[in-house]
Order: sequence, then structure tokens, then C-alpha cells
Amino acid sequence: MSATAISTAQPRAHATGYWTAFAIVVAALVVVPPMLPPFWQRFVTEILIWGLLAMSSDILIGYTGMVSFGHSAFFGLGMYGAAAALLTVKPPSLLLALLYGLVAAGAVSVFVAFFATRLRDIYFAISTLVFSQIFYVIIFTWTDVTGGENGLTFRQPRLSILGLWSDVFTPTTFHWFVLTVVVLSYLLVRRITQSPFGMVLQSIRENEPRTRAIGYHVERYKIVAVMLSGLFAGLAGVLYAMQNKFAAPDFVFFVVSGEVVIFNVMGGMGTLVGPFAGAAFFLLLRESLSRFMTEYYLIPVGIIFIIMIIFLPQGLLGFLRRRLNS
Amino acid sequence: MDQIVIQTLHGLVNGMVLAMVASGLTLIFGIMDIVNFAHGDLLMLGAFVGATVLGMTGSYWLALLGAAIVIAILGALLQVTTLRPLIGRDPLTTILATFGVSLVVQKYALWQWGPSVRQISEPVHGDFNLFYLQYPWYRIVTALLAGLIITALWLFLKYGKYGIWIRATTQDRVMAQAMGIPVPLVYTAVFAIGSGMAAASGVLFGPFAGVTQTMGFDFTLRAFIVVVVGGMGNLGGSILASIFVSLLESYAAIMVSPAQAVIVSFVVLVLTMLFRPTGLFVPTPK
Repeated sequence: MSATAISTAQPRAHATGYWTAFAIVVAALVVVPPMLPPFWQRFVTEILIWGLLAMSSDILIGYTGMVSFGHSAFFGLGMYGAAAALLTVKPPSLLLALLYGLVAAGAVSVFVAFFATRLRDIYFAISTLVFSQIFYVIIFTWTDVTGGENGLTFRQPRLSILGLWSDVFTPTTFHWFVLTVVVLSYLLVRRITQSPFGMVLQSIRENEPRTRAIGYHVERYKIVAVMLSGLFAGLAGVLYAMQNKFAAPDFVFFVVSGEVVIFNVMGGMGTLVGPFAGAAFFLLLRESLSRFMTEYYLIPVGIIFIIMIIFLPQGLLGFLRRRLNS
Repeated sequence: MDQIVIQTLHGLVNGMVLAMVASGLTLIFGIMDIVNFAHGDLLMLGAFVGATVLGMTGSYWLALLGAAIVIAILGALLQVTTLRPLIGRDPLTTILATFGVSLVVQKYALWQWGPSVRQISEPVHGDFNLFYLQYPWYRIVTALLAGLIITALWLFLKYGKYGIWIRATTQDRVMAQAMGIPVPLVYTAVFAIGSGMAAASGVLFGPFAGVTQTMGFDFTLRAFIVVVVGGMGNLGGSILASIFVSLLESYAAIMVSPAQAVIVSFVVLVLTMLFRPTGLFVPTPK
């Protein structure tokens, strides 16, 4: 009797601790950035966007056990989708940009998911990489539509919520907007990973043949996982396009996919919060190191990355993994 | 017509160089279960070392040998420091680790040699005349040399004492160890041989298009493609696949720009993985 009482009380204590920490972090992200100098305010917004991208990849790496080296395709298509909406529709509309970006990223992720999920482990990683390169080559060489190497530039849409209110984005309101999107996405993905569907994904990660033997249609679950992941990556792409007012082929290139994997490994896979920490850690390292070693910052960062793989495979937040998932 | 003949020759020559890159990758994958993401970057580093040696000594052959030896030693060091601690972990961690290595190697090359294109002058001059066509001799020599090196590797694996050790380790790791074969040492040696092959193919490829610090990724991707198309861990298959894919790309380059011709090999890869995931050039498993 008392044993069951303890075991039910324990998660509840965890949960209160978790939600308190969550509220504190979100409150800090609401209040602190507007007080920072413009450069650092923008930096925090950027960390949130990259973190969202990395979190989308965590659905695959951390929860389903599939390493995707092709997230740049979803991210980039989100950017180009937003660009299409902002360039063709007058006046530029925030909701349409989101919609177009998500549709573009979603369409690409359906395509990639259909082919790539038939393969496992290393083959999955290589095929996602190859698919992202296909889209890169198409975007890079189809100059008439995508602007080729130069990409596309456009104007930022106005911040309007269902026609109730409309205003020009300031860096502060944009930060709050990104924060809202990111927090909602995080809560949604967290809910999904804890749902029965998410449990099946984790079971695929732990033991795929057994999951199949129990009777789950593993391929279908994997396809949905890749699509979900692609949608959130596309959302990050839309946000990034709106922040920088351009879409460029560089963001479809493999380097972005590689960085996404680095964020996950550094921050801690399978935690959803870890990728944000990884993005923050990586971008801070880049910011501080590139001050005095320009683009060679990747030499020390690469070495730190390798050392972390060997000695800290759980990442920075790996020690919180259980608490973050309960 | 003559364009088709020239593209066929181009395809064959590129295919031989690619086969050499891929055989290094296949060797490493087949024996150690490691997908070496840094393979193309080791190739690039080898090409730079070769260009430097060539600048100092003026001899192409010394450059080829020097690059292979330097990168083989580097490969052995890399294996001992980054890959040996990962033995027994999920094979995916080795992709991540070699990806880290590739970042470091690429930026190191940029730091050491700068962003400009380096030329490696061709070892053999003159053109080869076939009826009314002209084709540079050095490309033919390069293809033959690549073929020679691959044959030497194959003979070594087939008949050499250490080659037999390597094959024994592939077949049964535990039994090989029980028979007294120093398995960890075999791993290091295999990684060193694979890296040395990559470096040598970098020097061979150098005269075609010059050496830049971004050439590595392209080679990694192509080598992956042909290794998968040919069947993972299958040396003969990946050589055939290299030639096949390079020929297709050459023919595609007649119609579209070379940048777009790459898509052909991507499509071949995707189709292979869908319909024949064990590889195109392996006998059907019974």
C-alpha cells in the first residue's frame, strides 16, 4: 500500500519540479532578451529558431533512433515556401507565409519519408543526405524561380493575429512571436512523444524487430515520424526566413544538416530541451571563438564535438533525460 | 558522335579514380563497420600534401607516394584516438565521430593552404590520337595507375599474409583473435590503408580539376553512392558501380550542366536502395 503511494507521489513531485523549471525558463526568455543589447537579443531569437530545427530532428534521432542528415532540405523548403508567399501575395501575410512554408516542407518530407524509411541505420542517414542534396542542386540551378546562388530577398510581413490587430515587427515583438511558436511547438512535440504514438516510436528505437513482432506497422510509424519532424523543421525555416528577410541555397546545403546533428549530440538526444541547449552552446562557442579565429572556429568546435561523443555521449542535458520525459 | 566517345573515355577515367576512393571506403566499412564520413576530406588533405610535395621536389611520383604515406599515418592516429574508444558502441556514433573529423580536417586545410585552387601539374604530357580524336595521355595513365593500385590491393588481400589476417578478421572477429591475430592492430592498419588510398586518389585526381578545400564532401557523397550501389563491403561491386555511375554522369553531362548531372547518380542510388538494397553488382542471395 505504502509502496504504491510512494510510486505515484514521486512522478507528481517530478512534474511540479519540471513545470516550475519550465515556467522560470520561459519567463526568463520573455523578460530578459528585450533588456539585452540588440545584437544579443537577435542572438537569443536565433538560438530559439535553430533549437526548434534541432528539436524537430530529435524526434528522429532521440526518439525513433534514426539519424537524419537531411534536415536542411525541410528547413530550406520552409524558407523558400515562406519566400514564395511573401513575394507573390500582396500585401505579405504572416499566416500565408507560415502556411506555404509548412506545405512546402510537408510535401518534401512526405517524399523523403516514403523512400528513406524503407532503409535503416546508416542507409537511412545516407539516403536523407542524398535527398537533401537533390533539393540543393535543384534550388541552386533553377535560377529563374529560386534566384539560384543569390537566393531571394523579400520584405517582412506585418504581425497580425486574425485581423484583430496588426503592427510592424520590432525585434522585441519578433522575439516574443518566435518564443510563442517555439514554446507551443515544444509542448506539442512533448505531448506527442508521450502519447501512445510516441511510445511506439521509442519502442522502435529500443528494438525494431520486437516492435514489428508485437504487431505494429513499423514503416507507417516511421513515415509519420519523418513527416512530423519535417513539418517542425519547415516551421523553423519560415521563422528564420522572416527574421533575415531572405532565402538562400546555403541553408539547403548539407552543412546545416550537419549542424543540426551537432546540436543534438552536444545538447543531449531524446530530451527535446537538449537540442536548444546544444544550439545555444554551439552558437556561443562560434560567437566567442570566431571573434579571433574567424571561420576556423570549427577546428576547436569539431574537436570538442569528438571529445563529447567519446566521453559524454548523453550530451549536456543527458543527465536530465528521465526527468524531462516524465 | 565524337562527343559520346569523349564522354565515354571521361566516364571510364573518372570511374577508375572513383573506384579507388570507394575501395578504401569499402575496405573500412567491410572490416570495421565504420562509415567514414571523413573519407573525402582525407582525400582532399592528401591532394594538398601531394601538391606541397610536388612544389618542393618537382616529382609527381614522389608526391603520390608522400601523400599516401603521410595520410596513412594520420589515418592510423585518427583511428587510435577517435575510433578505437567507440568500438562496441552503436555504429551510428562512428558516423558522428568521423563527421567531426571531417569538419576539423576541412577547416585545417583552409587554414593551412587557403581558399584558392591549387594546381597539380600533369605527370605525362601530350595528347593521344585516335583517328580524328584527341585525348590527353595523362588521363589514360591516371586510369591505368588507379587500376594498378586497386589490383595491388586485391592481390594483397588475397595472397599477402597480412591481407589474409584482414580477411580473417572480417569473417570472424572473435575466432581471428583466438588464432592470435592482433585484431586492434588490424583495425588500425585497415584504416591507415584506406586513408592512404584516399590520399593517393586525391593526388591522381588533382590534375583534372585542381585541388580545393571543399572537394572532399563531393567525393564522400559519390563514394557513398557507389559503395551502396555496388553492395556494402563488396570490393568488386563498388568498382563496377563506380564505372557505371561515372559513365551515366558523363552521358548526362552532354544534355544538362555537370552540376545537374549529379542528380543522375542520386537517382541511381535511390532506385537501387528501393529495389535491390543489397547492391546492383552482387549475386542474388539464394
